[in-house]
Amino acid sequence: MSTGTKRRTMNLNMGPQHPATHGVLRVELELDGEIVVKATPHIGYLHTGIEKTAESKLYYKVIPTTDRMDYLSPMSNNLGYCLAVEKLLGIEVPEKVQYVRVLLTELTRVMSHLVWIGTHAMDIGALTMVLYAFRERETIVDLYEAVSGQRMMSTYFRIGGLAYELPKDFDQKVNVILKRIPEGMKDYERLLNDNKIFRKRTIGVGVISPEDAINCGFTGPCLRGSGVNYDVRKANPYSGYEKFDFDVPLGKNCDTYDRFLVRVEEMRQSLRIAKQALDGLPEGPYRAHVPGVVLPPKEDVLSKMESLIFHFKLITEGFKPPKGAVYQAIEAPKGELGFFISSDGSNKPHRMRVRPPSFVNLSALPKLVEGRLIADVVACIGSIDIVLGEVDR
Amino acid sequence: MGIEEKIPDSIILTTLEKMVNWGRKRSVWPFNFGLACCAIEMMATYMSHYDLARFGMEVSRPSPRQCDLMIVSGRVSRKMAPVIKRLYEQMANPKWVISMGACASCGGVFNNYAIVQGVDKILPVDIYVPGCPPRPEQLIEGIMKLHEKIGKEPLRRGSDSKGKTNS
Amino acid sequence: MEEKLREFFESNFKDALVREDNFRGQQSFYIKREHLVDVCQALQTDTDLEFKFLSDITSLDWLGDLYEKEGRFEVIYNLFSLKHKYRFFVKVRLPEDDPVIDSLTSLWMTANWLEREVNDLMGIEFTGHPDPRKILTPDDLEGHPLRKDFPLTYEVPQFSFNKDEPPEVIL
Repeated sequence: MSTGTKRRTMNLNMGPQHPATHGVLRVELELDGEIVVKATPHIGYLHTGIEKTAESKLYYKVIPTTDRMDYLSPMSNNLGYCLAVEKLLGIEVPEKVQYVRVLLTELTRVMSHLVWIGTHAMDIGALTMVLYAFRERETIVDLYEAVSGQRMMSTYFRIGGLAYELPKDFDQKVNVILKRIPEGMKDYERLLNDNKIFRKRTIGVGVISPEDAINCGFTGPCLRGSGVNYDVRKANPYSGYEKFDFDVPLGKNCDTYDRFLVRVEEMRQSLRIAKQALDGLPEGPYRAHVPGVVLPPKEDVLSKMESLIFHFKLITEGFKPPKGAVYQAIEAPKGELGFFISSDGSNKPHRMRVRPPSFVNLSALPKLVEGRLIADVVACIGSIDIVLGEVDR
Repeated sequence: MGIEEKIPDSIILTTLEKMVNWGRKRSVWPFNFGLACCAIEMMATYMSHYDLARFGMEVSRPSPRQCDLMIVSGRVSRKMAPVIKRLYEQMANPKWVISMGACASCGGVFNNYAIVQGVDKILPVDIYVPGCPPRPEQLIEGIMKLHEKIGKEPLRRGSDSKGKTNS
Repeated sequence: MEEKLREFFESNFKDALVREDNFRGQQSFYIKREHLVDVCQALQTDTDLEFKFLSDITSLDWLGDLYEKEGRFEVIYNLFSLKHKYRFFVKVRLPEDDPVIDSLTSLWMTANWLEREVNDLMGIEFTGHPDPRKILTPDDLEGHPLRKDFPLTYEVPQFSFNKDEPPEVIL
């Protein structure tokens, strides 16, 4: 029996400027009342051409541009790039460098998850979480500044080692972090874990089964929230991770609440790894000794002739790696971050490709959101944890 | 020996221009608009460690119709430039623009096909804050200079020599 | 694990394999473009190998290089097996005047956006792709930025000797 009226869907634009899209993401929603019929993300509003820029710079000059991709965890990007180039050249780094890299990368993971938990809870409605999360983040940013001089874009790792020697108050600052962040996390769990509104808005929202998650290319906490045990640190260890003892949390119900619990537990495991790294930190040089590729230490440059010549040649011309292509994957806070570097024998990279975890995770947003209410779109975008600098590069 | 001696203590004499400027600069409402890495430092400036609310900028609205100050924080890509221009035109007068960071001021680290070399190619900018990203203290210094600039603005109808209206 | 893959290629796809390569412990197999979908489907459904995870699709441009006569473009598929925790590459070379290859969106949903990006930035076409639009570059940018003949297009900074002239853009 027809009444003469026809239901039509409404097109709503969740535009590039929106308080809940974590950057410049545009989602075009087709709505039937409040239910989402179709969702199409449009990206590219922050496209910077980093891959093209890297083809015109020497190998060590690319390191500052890698900082600016995933700007919430800059040291992870540096680590991935430096490991890829070291693999291309075939050089080994000293053990102290490996321990320091692991320590700083795990603290970077904690920093990224702190910003995530603050903004995710703020989108859902718990406005005070942002203040608490950024208060804890200031301790880690303080450590970054002591180590490299910069609050965010530290560029501390170099090809073959570190940029400078560790500062004298390094142990103190790390101990402050290891003491204050677990206390802060008790606050977060008290506020959010059993909160009725938070649970109602996240349990059962954004469900994706393990087979679909593997087919969509999910990695990182999104994949582990669906129960698939894949962590690059355990599967293909890099930079000495096989020496550390930690667990990988898995989720059961494949929804937003499980992804939240997985990330909170990951923060605890990261602090556990950081404590092991700090306790077992060995003595030694902070750079590998590979003349012709790695910059010599400053004392040698000022006293020995061949170090001076190597220094001059490296800074002006750079090194020439053998021809070939390598791929190095690391476990960034967002997922599997991969660097594919192809060299054609000259002193600039022929192609640097970054496999962005946020890009691949975001491509599955329509699958998470179709058929649900419009308020769930905000919760799902927050739980995938995207950074637009990495999606658009 | 002037008029001030003949009146009781609780009356202040000033000009209308100073009163209006004092009101405008002590409660600027910023626009909740972050593009890239500098947005994280802007958020850190709002939070409790480097509290920006003590300068009167507590309320940050997501809608451009209700804001006075647009802080362009981050790199402006060529796809995003028309969107920023439209948002600027949607803001009501009086409005000011701070260009935060090296990428918004002059293109920064990225000198290539995809990034607009400085947001002042599309908008009139009042204050440039350099840095990559600028520390929260640098941003607060920029905002205080903007307050000084607002305090000196003349109060008259019509546009001044740069074509920017303030009424 | 390399032995198993060699056996797999020898027994099922002997005429598809062009050559193989191993650099710094990472194995890669060059195949002809007609057999791409069959090879990938067999790798995905094989009960022993189980290469169910497509990590990445990349493209290279070999303009001006010694090996360019094999084909100017190269498309690289990065496959990972969760069961064996092993990763290897399937590489395909495409000629300059005909950069067309089959799409893998029927096998993996990941391939949708990754192939759109390769199409936008390098100009390689994928037949059978459900939504071939631009994804990263603005709509009015013509050309494909990551090709070697597309210039970086930078602006010369203004110093005191050229401060009175308009900014110069080098194309």
